[in-house]
Amino acid sequence: MSKEFVATNKEPLIRISKRDTIRKSKAWRIRLIAVVLSLIVCALVIVAITHQNPVKVYLGIIDGAVGSKRRIWVTIRDALTLLIIAVGLTPAFKMKFWNIGAEGQILMGGIATAAAMIYLGDTMPNWLLIIVIIAVSGLAGLIWGLLPAIFKAYYNTNETLFTLMLNYVAIQLVNFCIVFWENPSGSNTVGIINPATKAGWFPQVFGTNYGLNIIIVLLMTFGMYIYMKYSKQGYEIAVVGESQFTARYAGINVNKVILRTMMISGAICGIAGTIIVSGASHTISTSTAGGRGFTAIIVAWMSKFNPIAMILVSVFLVFMQQGSIQIASQFGLNENASDIITGIILFFLIGCEFFISYQLEFRKMTKGVK
Amino acid sequence: MELLLTFIQKAIGQGISILFGASGEIITEKSGNLNLGIPGIMYMGGISGLVGAFFYEKSTENPNGVIGFFVSLAAALLVSALGGLIYSFLTITLRANQNVVGLALTTFGVGFGNFFGGSISKLAGGVGQISVATTAEVYRATIPGLSNIPVVGDLLFSYGFLTYLSIVLAVYLTYFLGRTRKGLNLRSVGESPATADAAGINVSRYKYVATVSGSAIAGLGGLYFVMEYLGGTWTNNGFGDRGWLAIALVILALWKPANAIWGSFLFGGLYILYIYLPGLTRATQELCKVLPYLVTIIVLIISSRRNKLENQPPASLGEAYFREER
Repeated sequence: MSKEFVATNKEPLIRISKRDTIRKSKAWRIRLIAVVLSLIVCALVIVAITHQNPVKVYLGIIDGAVGSKRRIWVTIRDALTLLIIAVGLTPAFKMKFWNIGAEGQILMGGIATAAAMIYLGDTMPNWLLIIVIIAVSGLAGLIWGLLPAIFKAYYNTNETLFTLMLNYVAIQLVNFCIVFWENPSGSNTVGIINPATKAGWFPQVFGTNYGLNIIIVLLMTFGMYIYMKYSKQGYEIAVVGESQFTARYAGINVNKVILRTMMISGAICGIAGTIIVSGASHTISTSTAGGRGFTAIIVAWMSKFNPIAMILVSVFLVFMQQGSIQIASQFGLNENASDIITGIILFFLIGCEFFISYQLEFRKMTKGVK
Repeated sequence: MELLLTFIQKAIGQGISILFGASGEIITEKSGNLNLGIPGIMYMGGISGLVGAFFYEKSTENPNGVIGFFVSLAAALLVSALGGLIYSFLTITLRANQNVVGLALTTFGVGFGNFFGGSISKLAGGVGQISVATTAEVYRATIPGLSNIPVVGDLLFSYGFLTYLSIVLAVYLTYFLGRTRKGLNLRSVGESPATADAAGINVSRYKYVATVSGSAIAGLGGLYFVMEYLGGTWTNNGFGDRGWLAIALVILALWKPANAIWGSFLFGGLYILYIYLPGLTRATQELCKVLPYLVTIIVLIISSRRNKLENQPPASLGEAYFREER
């Protein structure tokens, strides 16, 4: 650890130094404090807007998120969706490839899903159709992830903006498809696809509509954990992420790793599109991804790609979102309240990482905080 | 000819928001901060200007447009600067990852805009559609006399105050970055904060000031959209993705605000080209709307292919600076 060097003869009020290590329990305690602080600030904001007693506000949030069987399932479903997108983004970010194009990859998967549901709905049994849907949506997401990766690998094109722009190309493709798929005609929406035959809808598993969502998402989360932690490819991703020079020196084909990783990342985000379209909404619109591609980036980053942490953060965020949507609609306010709440929570969670990596020492303190 | 004239006018109208956003982002990026929160900040600037004017107009019997103008301008500048302050505190003081903070700020800012835009009438006691026509009149006022000259008047003098401000600002910022001591210091902070620090430049202060004032400038883009473009109303998500286009424009402009002027007109033109191209069906119109994004991607690829040193992004872009870590 570097020794402090103070140029002036007066010691500064606060000194910042990097921690060598921090006990896990302490790191989690800091995070918990951040969560509590964020909840207090959220409550203050809600109270300021609605002029309600804060306890009542929080009861309202809990009621909105898990107050009925239906609401519990919505919360679980949306948390799963956020989780699978975060899982899909994990390998890309571990490689330090700033894939902020998950929105587009999800939409491409959604378009492929909707197309398969519409055009192949009557031609095959449902189990086969769902396999086809997952395959084509994965492929669509894969292509959308591969495009920026090719240019990143060979031309070192800035992937942040490339993937971002592809989001809007995907949105326009959705609008393009809506022209052909709109139902009823003139509504400019696709409506529920195959409402009578339910072709391409995820079937009931364990007596719930979202059984298949749970299976697919948890399998992928577990699979990604194994892949990143124990496979040779996962290790290569980590090395490329740390330093491309080291990776080259070690004989890793960096370009190949970039292409392969983005194909995996894009494909999982594409399948997330299926989970949304086949597994939940049964329709497609430009808001099918609904900003979740961006939120998932922060989920993946905050959790340091730890799957358990990813599950916790996803559930917490969706819980607060559903709760605040409920509060907002109770008061006739706009449901974008949930974005404000999400933003506040994220600011605190992001900010608290500083106190985990660094420690503050105040002047005239004989013993450090450590 | 008539059609072409309208097209150019409309393209410039579309471009001004993007130009404000890009100018603000260039100043921010020159300090080494990649602020992906600009789209959110532009929403925040737009809605707070509107809300400020709205409460002012509601509070008096005979609202004076000029006072409404100053109230909304101050509100927009203040709130968008606050957005920049959140970003600066998290990335500079707390050294959080810039991309992550920026995306969170965009989520927050877009939600902030849509929430208050969608709820303000309810919060104010159910007045229906909010509209601040009196204030918007002032924003939309054109230069008397000059704007009546045929063709030239339409082309050059038919815009409100913010349009001219955006262009003056972009020219001034080019001068500031290239010709003033402070501008050069700012650039050195973005290129190599450690060197700047050794030379006695206060790195954190430069980063803070550049990011906060960059955000305030970007917020004016939102204000322009709400006041001059929409005429003092709000539609949820109406501002759309112009904030992201502003960030893309920074690259097209090669980090020079003067280039952003024509770049923004180009983007504005591409944005509305589908309305003016003859013979498009509804489906091909949707495809035509892809153009601004495709052009950005092509520019990205081309600019990554040529390696002129002066056209590269600031060297420390995206990295936090900690004196003891080098």
